[in-house]
Amino acid sequence: MPAKGIVGTSALVGAAAIAGLSLVTRGAVPGGFFGGALGGAIGALLGLGVERFLRSKVRAAPPPVLVDPEAPILKIEGLRIRFETEGGGVAAVDDVSLSLTPGETVGIVGESGSGKSQILMSIMGLLARNGTASGSVQLRGQEILGMRDQDLDRLRGAVMSIIFQDPMTSLNPFLRVSTQLTEVLIKHRGMGRAEAMRQAIVMLDRVGIPDAAKRIRLYPHEFSGGMRQRVMISMALLCQPAVLFADEPTTALDVTIQAQILELIKELAATMGTTVVLVTHDLGVVASLCDRVVVLYGGRIMESGPAEQIFAAPLHPYTKGLLESMPRLDEKVHGKLHTIPGQPPSLPRPTPGCPFEPRCESRQPECRVLRPRVQSSNGRTLACHEVVL
Amino acid sequence: MTPVPLLQVDGLEMHFPLKKHLFGGPRRVVKALDGVSFTLMPGETLGIVGESGCGKSTLCRAVLRLIEPTGGRTTWLGRDFSRLGGEALRLERRNMQIIFQDPQASLDPRMTVRQIIERPLLNFPIRETAAERSARAADLVTLVGGHPLWLDRYPHEFSGGQCQRIGIARALILKPKLLVCDEPVSALDVSVQAQIINLLMGLQEQLGLSYLFISHNLAVVRHISHRVMVLYLGKVMEIAERDDFYHRPLHPYAQALIAAVPLPDPKLERAKPRLRLQGDLPSPLNPPSGCRFRTRCPKATSLCAEIEPVLKDYGGGHVAACHHIEG
Repeated sequence: MPAKGIVGTSALVGAAAIAGLSLVTRGAVPGGFFGGALGGAIGALLGLGVERFLRSKVRAAPPPVLVDPEAPILKIEGLRIRFETEGGGVAAVDDVSLSLTPGETVGIVGESGSGKSQILMSIMGLLARNGTASGSVQLRGQEILGMRDQDLDRLRGAVMSIIFQDPMTSLNPFLRVSTQLTEVLIKHRGMGRAEAMRQAIVMLDRVGIPDAAKRIRLYPHEFSGGMRQRVMISMALLCQPAVLFADEPTTALDVTIQAQILELIKELAATMGTTVVLVTHDLGVVASLCDRVVVLYGGRIMESGPAEQIFAAPLHPYTKGLLESMPRLDEKVHGKLHTIPGQPPSLPRPTPGCPFEPRCESRQPECRVLRPRVQSSNGRTLACHEVVL
Repeated sequence: MTPVPLLQVDGLEMHFPLKKHLFGGPRRVVKALDGVSFTLMPGETLGIVGESGCGKSTLCRAVLRLIEPTGGRTTWLGRDFSRLGGEALRLERRNMQIIFQDPQASLDPRMTVRQIIERPLLNFPIRETAAERSARAADLVTLVGGHPLWLDRYPHEFSGGQCQRIGIARALILKPKLLVCDEPVSALDVSVQAQIINLLMGLQEQLGLSYLFISHNLAVVRHISHRVMVLYLGKVMEIAERDDFYHRPLHPYAQALIAAVPLPDPKLERAKPRLRLQGDLPSPLNPPSGCRFRTRCPKATSLCAEIEPVLKDYGGGHVAACHHIEG
């Protein structure tokens, strides 16, 4: 299957997963992912009839149990993601560890192929069929990596939810927004239709959709891009999840709309105490939203730390290069932009050393053969041979 | 004597009529461009900014007459370009080339890089042997930061940034005077984007090119442009010299656009005065009366609904169309 197909369907499955739809895939295919795609796609094609049929097969899941309220909200340890391709295995994410405290907003920054989206996909259980994740991901102390789909479905949309880059392909074009929103509440909270509708309207109103009671009856194509993203956000937040994943939530939007959406996410996360994980390539977006930044390259964490420190004093040559190569409105225009030579690898190359070594200005012979030790102090981490934290 | 502008556009209009309604009624028209005027001097870069749907790309295509404008006049090096037809138009077009947003999609996957770069030469009566063409392709691919070895490979073997370099080489082989750049770096990674911006600026210096540079990224436009033009729903809101524009944007829309750009510095970003535009771009089918921006404008008054503001000069060629600019 071409990679594009996988990416395309994953968004649809994402929405299905938020709505709890992928329950249908129980035991259908090993991994369950592809079944989810099919279920979603068939649902989309045949519309409401199939939808109802599927729903009749699904039990209303009880609200999730808190396993350990003292533990970090989300703890990722030694996460590795591999994809089996025709050309052999590829490690998309290699030994990523990250711990999130309640209410904080963390930005994962990286260029294409850095593995940033795959981290979210593996946590949500949405990896493509040829992908496997190993390591450990604990949500409130409960291990969720490799969890069965029916168990994951109690968490997805309820305790953790995700919004995607393209708000059009992540909503089902055949269903009214009302159907898609109320389903989350009916499924996860066991609400009746009328009560779910009432709450969905309140939520739409909260994300700034004017005339929500009327607009909820519309179909996704009747909304503009910015409004669709608001619908996605309201869907993701309906059950007040502990963690919200946002995968390039504003990349498809204009700057003026982007500013509105970022503000909205910031405000809602603050009032609901939601932990937000934002994946983006835009350092400006990270600066405006995040408390902490993780810089990813070639599937590995290069540097992480409090946002103010990373932006004021980047240490890793990659982070430095990235910040210097951006034209910025807050600085004088100077002739030439700094550049990082070469381009990011489309697939991480297996290397015993540092993945950034081929493009690094301060590389030394050891960088090619020896993996940099992760240094850490005062909430900052750094993986580089040449710079001392 | 003032130099002759390379390109002068006066009142350019691009109206797209929609299908007639089943039950009659007046035919509805989308005014994608409604009276756009500007000049471009030789060796100059004019940055064009605005939200999606404001007419940026339509403007490029209408200037090149890739789509036929429904009104207005384009003067190219002192000659009326809008009336050129047939062979004369075709021959003149060698002086104006375009590069696109999606570098991979704009190269034919079944042609080698050599064929892609040489192809424009075959369209014009240029007497050159295959060897001469080949030498020029090799020179160009080197000029854009590639390697002659690229010539016998296919587009899929290259990354986005490399494909954009190939697209630039193809555009330059006819030695054009004007290069229209339609979001040339939007699809590229940050580290590669800087390489292409540097390349374009270097080429301008070396070859004396003029650029119409479209981007939604205001920081990129600031870096590369000499002057900036702001479009909103097919109308010009403001045109100014680059530094003047970013220090003293006059139109409320320009101010909001600049304020919306997130700065890569958490301290500055949090301290920044907040100026958020409400709502979305209105439908171009039914633009607001008077000033088109008034539905989202923080300064709008009843005057704005009644009378459409015209472009006024506020000194030094800084023009803006708004009733509420002081001084």
